[in-house]
Amino acid sequence: MGKVETIQKLTCFHCGDPIVGVNLAYDNKDFCCVGCKGVYTLLSENNLCDYYQIDSNPGLSLKNPVSKVKFNYLEDDQIQKQLIQYRDEKISKITFYMPTMHCSSCIWLLESLFKLERGVKNSRVDFLKKQLSVTFDHHICSLKKLVELLSALGYEPALSMNDLTGKKKQQNNSRLLYQVGVAGFGFGNIMLISFPEYFGLDSFSHAAFSKLFGYLNLFLALPIFFYAAQDYFISAYKSIRKGIINIDFPLALGILVMFLRSSYEVVSGTGLGFFDTLAGLVFFLLIGKWVQQRTIDTLSFERDYKSYFPVAVSLINEKVETTIPVTNLKIGDRILIRNNEIIPADAILLNGDAHIDFSFVTGENDPIKKVLGEVIYAGGRQMGGTLELEVSKTVSQSYLTQLWNSEHFAKGDHSTIESFQSVVSKYFTIALLLVAFGSAIFWLLFDQSRSMNAFTAVLIIACPCALALSSPFALGNSLRMMGRSKFYLKSPGVIEKMAKVDHLVFDKTGTITLPAESTIYFDGFPLNKRDLIMVKTLCQNSIHPLSKRILSYLSLPSNLSFSMEQFAEISGKGIRADIEGKEVKLGSASFVKLSEQEQENQLSSVVYVSIGDMIKGKFVIEHAYRENLGEVLTQLSFKRKLSLLSGDNDSERNRLKPYFPSNSQMLFSMSPAEKMLYIHQLKEDGAKVAMIGDGLNDAGALKVADLGISVSENTSSFSPSSDVIMDASVFGNLSNFFAYSKDTVKVIHMSFVISLLYNIIGLSFAVQGILSPVVAAILMPISSISVIIFTTTATYIFAKKNKIV
Amino acid sequence: MNIIFMLIGVSLFMALGFLVAFVWSVKSGQMEDDYTPSVRILFDDKPIAPNDNVSSSQAEPMKSDLNQF
Repeated sequence: MGKVETIQKLTCFHCGDPIVGVNLAYDNKDFCCVGCKGVYTLLSENNLCDYYQIDSNPGLSLKNPVSKVKFNYLEDDQIQKQLIQYRDEKISKITFYMPTMHCSSCIWLLESLFKLERGVKNSRVDFLKKQLSVTFDHHICSLKKLVELLSALGYEPALSMNDLTGKKKQQNNSRLLYQVGVAGFGFGNIMLISFPEYFGLDSFSHAAFSKLFGYLNLFLALPIFFYAAQDYFISAYKSIRKGIINIDFPLALGILVMFLRSSYEVVSGTGLGFFDTLAGLVFFLLIGKWVQQRTIDTLSFERDYKSYFPVAVSLINEKVETTIPVTNLKIGDRILIRNNEIIPADAILLNGDAHIDFSFVTGENDPIKKVLGEVIYAGGRQMGGTLELEVSKTVSQSYLTQLWNSEHFAKGDHSTIESFQSVVSKYFTIALLLVAFGSAIFWLLFDQSRSMNAFTAVLIIACPCALALSSPFALGNSLRMMGRSKFYLKSPGVIEKMAKVDHLVFDKTGTITLPAESTIYFDGFPLNKRDLIMVKTLCQNSIHPLSKRILSYLSLPSNLSFSMEQFAEISGKGIRADIEGKEVKLGSASFVKLSEQEQENQLSSVVYVSIGDMIKGKFVIEHAYRENLGEVLTQLSFKRKLSLLSGDNDSERNRLKPYFPSNSQMLFSMSPAEKMLYIHQLKEDGAKVAMIGDGLNDAGALKVADLGISVSENTSSFSPSSDVIMDASVFGNLSNFFAYSKDTVKVIHMSFVISLLYNIIGLSFAVQGILSPVVAAILMPISSISVIIFTTTATYIFAKKNKIV
Repeated sequence: MNIIFMLIGVSLFMALGFLVAFVWSVKSGQMEDDYTPSVRILFDDKPIAPNDNVSSSQAEPMKSDLNQF
């Protein structure tokens, strides 16, 4: 049955939404709204209907058209200058971020923009980054016109305050790619040239070959040593100046010794040297570095309030409306906020019907009604008519944005968690130097000719290539595994932090509760149909969110209702009216005159009902918790402490209690700054803290914690700066991700043992002073490749075990 | 055996060619986006029909349509 129904249901040809109400048919196709139809008309006139053939119903719903004046600010020269990347006499270049881009049809249409607008010279999509770069002639098509065209098609670019303040940092990893290229070039050719030596062909071939090959190797190794490997020397030098020994120190030392000894051998004609090992080592190391850098660059982990707030705001000055950049807002300015716009600074409501949606701030999905004269905090989104506000604080000093000014926040990512590699490399380097000098001194006493040979050989063979590769490959691979199941990590290093976390702090609203859903039930004497209609009549006349909830719960046909008299809404208490000669009341316990003892066990939002003099019962509205919440928390609590922080009051305390272990703290009515301080305090007490939150109000806590996980319903929309962005749908797997991070660290430990084994074998040759270049040339690639294979397969197997892939 | 000297020269020269090609590909941005081109290559360019003149006469109705929403 279900299938048949879906086929028969009319869907919009453009956006694929079911058609509710009027079907705007055009050209034998069905459309749900004027917007969708408009786009189709536009595309069909311009012969661009291929858009609908690449993917079916590719369009974006245009039921909420953007306001006409919305983009007026783009006419401002100053704003234009900050947004446009390049401009000369003829053309301008700009890159937009477009979170609505979702299919191949989008790519096609956005790259065919020139067919729609003469001014567009070229447009190019980067789908994974959701970016559109446009080159356009600003004499024919202004920036405003371009943005309006895009918005009209449903692709509204996300322009935020972040585009204005400070230049975006260019992620440039092309340098690393050049280095890989140079190292690969050298590696291949040096191996080819060194081959005869491996088979001992020297003896019966031309003697001149040997010399030529040696110098060729030296020549090819120069760019590897001076260009491809230079970052290791820089990093080693920097770390020594700071008094730390990192993994790059033994690597740089090994490379340096290898180069010097090989050059000496070639010049003095005593051998071919270790150039093949040198080239292979640098090549593999750079590959490992590249793997480590290939993180999820499609998501932005560094968003702060600036990427959430708009670029400009409408300012009213003596009834004249102008647009100014948000950064120029001053205290006392009067601003206009239209439907669906974000309030950029704390402001006092002067005029209009304010229903503010704070879902990005607190995670609470119900719009909150504000009365005239009330302060509205920045970050809310107006749902409804136009508001007039007076700015009471500047953008950077507002209640929420203050967080970013706090000293704890500025300190930023000073996690005390050290990576395994940095711990190990300290001891490894010390041991390595001891062995090297030990064997040098030993041979000085017994056979001086072997001393230098043994010393350099130790440093060459013990160069911790496999060790340096194990972390990048294990972590990089796990990062991709987790990314596949919608758990996106900022960098591979985050996994090691995850494994060490021993205290998890949860936000409530929007994190462990489902934002859009709540359960509602009636508790009391059963209501007959007449009573139900009475309740419905009453609720219909109120715009309070709870009334709306009850109304949708009752789901009675709209024609059933009574007439009523003397309707009154007492704010904060409830609503009443006389219906059919009886007084019907809906509201708090005191409002319906409930006796004291009955009021006690209020767990959540409760609406009492009284009809006539009789109290009929109550509607209980509870936030629905995420699926598997109990299971996830139980599994996580085996080895870790849990805490709950909520900005709401403690009405849900008793309901949440069974989910959390008895030793966990539950704190309610916490301000964003208090949340941050709480995390800071836990860290001071020595805990390794992970914060799991969602809205802007958790931004401080997420940043201060050793590990910040932000839960997001839609990963391409805004989420505060954090180490991990988790798709809300995989919340039930949270404990698996933590278990997997521990397994990944285990893999690193195991591969460390493997690489040590190779080192011991190599060292046993080296200390005797009998290391031949061939042994080094065989050991190095074998150890590297076996570590790569081991880490990749092991992380995959553990991912299977933890049900991540 | 002297031919080997020349062969080595040739092989090095070719390898250098590949290195230059790689550097060029990085420089031209081919390594930045490795997904979109795979979709882009599948789009067909429709031949423009003779009666379909993309000129100012077409640009006008388009503008009026845009103003509707």
